[in-house]
Amino acid sequence: MFTSLKRVIRSGWQGFFRDGGLSIATVFILLLTITLATSLFLFHGLSHLLISSVEEKADISLYFKEEALENDIFEFREELARISEVKEVKYISQEKALADFTEKHKDNPVLMASLAEVGRNPFLASLNIIASEPGQYQAITDFLETSDFTALIEKVDYYQRRSVIERIFSLTSTINRSFIFLSIILSLVAILVTFNTIRLAIYNSREEIKIQRLVGAGSWFIRGPFLVQGVLAGILAALICLLTFSLIIWSLSPRVETFFTDLDISQFFVTNLWQIILIQFVTGILLGVISSFLATRRYLKI
Amino acid sequence: MISFQHVTKIYPRNTIAVDDVCFDVEEKEFVSVVGKSGAGKTTLLKLLLAEEKPTQGEIFFQGKSINEIKPGNLPEFRREIGAVFQDYKLLPSKTTHENVAYALEVIGASDQEIARDVPKVLEIVGLTEKANNFPEELSGGEKQRAAIARALIHRPEVILADEPTGNLDPYHSLGIIRLLLKIQEMGTTLILATHNREIINSLGKRVVTLEDGRVIRDERRGRFIL
Repeated sequence: MFTSLKRVIRSGWQGFFRDGGLSIATVFILLLTITLATSLFLFHGLSHLLISSVEEKADISLYFKEEALENDIFEFREELARISEVKEVKYISQEKALADFTEKHKDNPVLMASLAEVGRNPFLASLNIIASEPGQYQAITDFLETSDFTALIEKVDYYQRRSVIERIFSLTSTINRSFIFLSIILSLVAILVTFNTIRLAIYNSREEIKIQRLVGAGSWFIRGPFLVQGVLAGILAALICLLTFSLIIWSLSPRVETFFTDLDISQFFVTNLWQIILIQFVTGILLGVISSFLATRRYLKI
Repeated sequence: MISFQHVTKIYPRNTIAVDDVCFDVEEKEFVSVVGKSGAGKTTLLKLLLAEEKPTQGEIFFQGKSINEIKPGNLPEFRREIGAVFQDYKLLPSKTTHENVAYALEVIGASDQEIARDVPKVLEIVGLTEKANNFPEELSGGEKQRAAIARALIHRPEVILADEPTGNLDPYHSLGIIRLLLKIQEMGTTLILATHNREIINSLGKRVVTLEDGRVIRDERRGRFIL
């Protein structure tokens, strides 16, 4: 058993290097498929990261009239906090709003001079509401319309940004749906192309398989070296892919960060490295082995 | 040892390759099967190697019907037979040594046995110098000798040689036939399919003559008469 296994591995190893051209073609096709699998994983992960960062920025700001009492606002805050759709309610007093503005724009003399010109605190007290789920803002605004405290509210910021927020949510759900559809189609195409390339490579060996059969070799003794070659091609393709992606991510990361400040792709890559390695190696090895297994099956019927 | 009993092989479109063939082969016998191209010689050997199944009739090998061998047991059955083909059928990606060793590897011989036996057999067929050459680097005669070495290395009960001299010049043909005779004299049953008149007439061994798939003559010390 051990001797046979050793011979199968040795024969597969020799075959992989002796059929250099075919091995390179197989590795190249597997490389394309693994690259696709990795790209889909990265795109999915990064788009989720981007979407959640956009979603996190969605909120509702309630600005209260100047005459509104702080106690009433606190009472309203407690009422809001009891709604299941509300994740967090933050109170920003007039003083805090002024302090935040001053801190943020202290280097802008025009804004500071304008503020001094006004001569009083022009900011209104506000409540900042964040929903548990992106789709729950409508339920919160419905509540605001029926609340007893509506009379205290000067303006609701959500209504002004509503169309933008809703567009983002609709866009993200469309992206998710399209992504699943695209992934399925591309994966099927990649699997079929890989299978056919390996089938053609083994088709070249059909005469050799027939000879082995006539010499008295068992099915696994014949099939084994092809499976070993499939594993070797898968491992090599996965290694090349991992190296290529590491280099691309490393060189692109700073440029991407200048466009999307919240999107650290190298951090995402490092955090998910084991998962990426697993995807690459499992895709490569499984595709190589399953394709070799199916392709040899038809020539073993002698 | 081998018995063909009313064996018929019909290929699609009603092409009759072998028609009601009956004959026996004794242990350690040298039998030549002769006939024109298309007479059914190769089909007969393919049937014996279970590469094809007969349409009718039965073939017995050491008392067991070949027809009844399950696909999973075919490799084991074929290890009892050594086969030499006109087109050599060497594994192109393996060296001469590896090709010969392959027949031992499939029967599970140890590395020590392979290291001991392969050089000996290569010496018998005169290919010691070509042990590390690939088939494409060998001449026709050398390829056929390598194929014979592979066929006999695991000491099979019977060797089937299908037109082993078909691609060789008279000088190399003679060398191959001498080698086959030597193997048979050492105790192996040998079935030779050929249409080479000179070789058959020089052997003075049993000759089964086929014509249109039928046995028309079976002589103890036969000659090539067609």
